[in-house]
Amino acid sequence: MYDVIVVGGGVIGGTILRALSKYNYSICLLEKENDVCMGQSKANSGIVHAGFDAHVGTLKAKFNVLGCQMMPDYAKELGVKYLNCGSLVVAFNESDVAMLNNLLERGEKNGVKELEIIDSAKLHELEPNVSPNAIAALYAPTAGIICPYCLTIAAIGNAMDNGADLITNFELTKVEKMDRGFKLYSKDNKTVEGKVVINCAGIGSTKVANAFGDYSFEIKGKRGEYILLDRESGDFVSHTLFFTPTEKGKGILVSGTADHNIILGPTSEKVEDITPITTQKGLAEVMAKAKIMCPNTPIYNSITSFTGVRAYTEKGDFIIEESKAVDNLINCVGIESPGLTSAPAIAEYVCEMINNKLHGEKKADFNGTRTPEYFFKDLSVAEKNEIIKKDPSFGRIICRCEQITEGEIIKAIRENPPARDIDAIKRRTRSGMGRCQGGFCQPQVAEILARELGVELTEITKNGVGSELVIAKTK
Amino acid sequence: MKENYDIVIIGGGPAGLAAAVSAYDNGAKNILILEREPRLGGILNQCIHNGFGLTRFKESLSGPEYAYRFIKEVEARDIDVLLNTTVLSLEDNKTITAINSEYGVFSITPKAVILSMGCRERSRGALNIPGSRPAGIYSAGTAQKYVNIKGYLPGKRVVILGSGDIGLIMARRMTLEGAKVLAVCEIMPYSSGLRRNIEQCLNDFNIPLYLNHTITKIEGTSRVTGVVVSKVDENKQPIEGTEMHFDCDTVLFSVGLIPENELTKGAGIEQSRNTRGAVVYQNRETMIDGIFACGNVLQVHDLVDFVSEESEIAGACAANYVLNGRQEHNPISCINGDNISYVLPQKIDKNIPGNVKLFFRVRNTFKHCKIVVESNGVVLQEKKKLICVPGEMETVILSSDVIAKAEGDIVVRLEC
Ligand SMILES: Cc1cc2nc3c(=O)[nH]c(=O)nc-3n(C[C@H](O)[C@H](O)[C@H](O)COP(=O)(O)OP(=O)(O)OC[C@H]3O[C@@H](n4cnc5c(N)ncnc54)[C@H](O)[C@@H]3O)c2cc1C
Repeated sequence: MYDVIVVGGGVIGGTILRALSKYNYSICLLEKENDVCMGQSKANSGIVHAGFDAHVGTLKAKFNVLGCQMMPDYAKELGVKYLNCGSLVVAFNESDVAMLNNLLERGEKNGVKELEIIDSAKLHELEPNVSPNAIAALYAPTAGIICPYCLTIAAIGNAMDNGADLITNFELTKVEKMDRGFKLYSKDNKTVEGKVVINCAGIGSTKVANAFGDYSFEIKGKRGEYILLDRESGDFVSHTLFFTPTEKGKGILVSGTADHNIILGPTSEKVEDITPITTQKGLAEVMAKAKIMCPNTPIYNSITSFTGVRAYTEKGDFIIEESKAVDNLINCVGIESPGLTSAPAIAEYVCEMINNKLHGEKKADFNGTRTPEYFFKDLSVAEKNEIIKKDPSFGRIICRCEQITEGEIIKAIRENPPARDIDAIKRRTRSGMGRCQGGFCQPQVAEILARELGVELTEITKNGVGSELVIAKTK
Repeated sequence: MKENYDIVIIGGGPAGLAAAVSAYDNGAKNILILEREPRLGGILNQCIHNGFGLTRFKESLSGPEYAYRFIKEVEARDIDVLLNTTVLSLEDNKTITAINSEYGVFSITPKAVILSMGCRERSRGALNIPGSRPAGIYSAGTAQKYVNIKGYLPGKRVVILGSGDIGLIMARRMTLEGAKVLAVCEIMPYSSGLRRNIEQCLNDFNIPLYLNHTITKIEGTSRVTGVVVSKVDENKQPIEGTEMHFDCDTVLFSVGLIPENELTKGAGIEQSRNTRGAVVYQNRETMIDGIFACGNVLQVHDLVDFVSEESEIAGACAANYVLNGRQEHNPISCINGDNISYVLPQKIDKNIPGNVKLFFRVRNTFKHCKIVVESNGVVLQEKKKLICVPGEMETVILSSDVIAKAEGDIVVRLEC
């Protein structure tokens, strides 16, 4: 019986798992997919928001501002790329400017530092590619960008290095209350037992709560579509550019990413069907809006488009509390934006809740750092050569677009949390994330994976059973 | 590997091989080929169909056979080859930095460099085709690698977007391997593939080609389950009400090839927006002295025979550069006029003696038309054509006398 079971391997579940791994609890993460980070945490804008959006007094405001402050050190410790690039909310007319003043005031109440309204001249000096029609902006120097899946994977990997267990392909569907704890059943009837369960199942968290007999909330989906541009255009903007927010939300942004691509999006559309699809209409809107913000947006350099589905509640704020219906079930749900930013802060808060229940002690041997050898291409020649001398597989480039070596791919397969499919390797190493989108490297990555796992190529999948890459040997 | 080389060739595909042999035979004896794959031959290794070499050898060879003829030539000469070696960067002073397991990361600065890195396929992402992102979506070349090199079949019911040659070849290949190819969709009113491939790969197997059609949605969560195909209007926008649905498990993209010029760009070499390759003189020298380019990294050729021809020019001229040093240039530009999408070389150096073969492509299908080469409004040369299609490269040979007559830039246009 585990002390704590975390359900859902997104950034919220992942950072909570890592926070708990500092203590002498036995802990386990359950994830329904073949890999962790398969929900919102893999497909979002990757913005570390400053914290002026959320209304004063909300959990969103509290955790956003805290998370934004924590993120630089948190990312550094885990070896995750974070860039403190700052953000600009751009105004195109007088009513936008009035809104900027509201945001400034709100931000200051929330505790955001260094906010400033800048004029058109300063704005265009900071961002020469912004439309000449822009007249002012709210400048938030504390905002940043981070690679969301690297953060999630690193947090989970580090927790595992410190003793946490991970069970993938475990979709929680049924719960049995026991004397002191719960027995959790997967769809295919595997079981795990735990004293306390933390529900971090994102868009699936209603079902998880229902399985416990908690019907107190309903999580819905809102689609956000994106277009990603080649690193070749990576210098197109240097801050995150937002439109002035409206009722519908923050609108479509133009920003760099931690890996030096340019990201355009997201749209915002409430959906019943939560399959993350892109649509003609959505992609057209992304392009049109990006061109309003920056008329010269190099759309021709698009390398892929994708969708993330926000898990939101009608109430509009995060729900982070012990279930009123079921003792020892803690819900961390409705965590839409700024959930990524807030994650480190939410994790500490939830860990405190657990400490108050279970009174664990800090482990003396906890090691919170993770070496970021995935950034092989960023190392110096001497450093690279030292690694290649020890392990020649680092001298073989597999993904030519992103210059990813065989050594890094093998490491992703062997390291926590182990990569078991092509997309998992892609998220850990960036192999296949470049301009050819895996056209050249996928067959090779698949072979390395088959070799490492000791299976046939026909068993290698894109992202779990049912997504096999090839169907049979040729005649 | 030696300390110094006269010529380093980046890429050991058909372009690099032909350039190496030609450079050697023209007097440069200290040559190194860098190739990232474990064997020479480039993309030809996975092109097991025949039809290669008809122009050059007057016989129909498979890709590997064609490559082997050149590999043998390289082996017969004292030319160094490093396999499994990826070039990471090139600088304008010709310093090449590469990586492999044996030497780690290392740099060399030869007297001359030949760029022959080939091209890559445009991916689905470049087109922003809506829908989900399941398994079963491949570029035609990736599918070709799975089938021909790895020996695995990617799927059983296939829809192909784009009628580029690799797509056409794969339509036939997948059919022969037992898959059903339901449709080839082409957004343009014409195919970008060779006419002979349309005949032999589609018509002979009753595979329908839908011109003016594109995929407007990809369906399926784990694996592709179907696609929606729509007709497009003159502006290539899907027309509502024309949707057709295909149940399929595989979608192949054959939507164009892009010269792979990241190294070129890194070295600050001027590139053409039309070819997406380096701007070159007729000797295939780029705008940086001593750096040459040839093959598909320079312009996407239809036939490997032309790649070899072009690369022999680059090799010979690189040897000349090494042996005789830099010579003054006296350039005029070659410009694409009406109905022509690009002309290569983009510059003719009047100081270089001899004829110049101009390569170019037309923008659309034209019948009973005329290619006109002129300078300052004076017609230098004309060539009547029964038919011109974008999928087939056109050429015109300008004699040195004609070039001498050109007073300004040379313009190539098509008159209908
Ligand atoms: C379009 C978009 C843009 C965003 N932009 C930003 C931004 O710029 N900045 C920011 O701070 N935040 C942003 N966010 C918000 C942020 O992405 C989320 O708040 C955060 O990722 C939520 O993480 P999570 O762990 O709660 O959910 P998820 O990442 O969705 O994780 C839930 C996990 O639970 C698993 N699961 C579900 N059901 C079960 C079950 N029954 N059994 C087992 N496992 C289950 C899922 O497979 C999934 O892996 C954005 C979100 C979206 C969608």
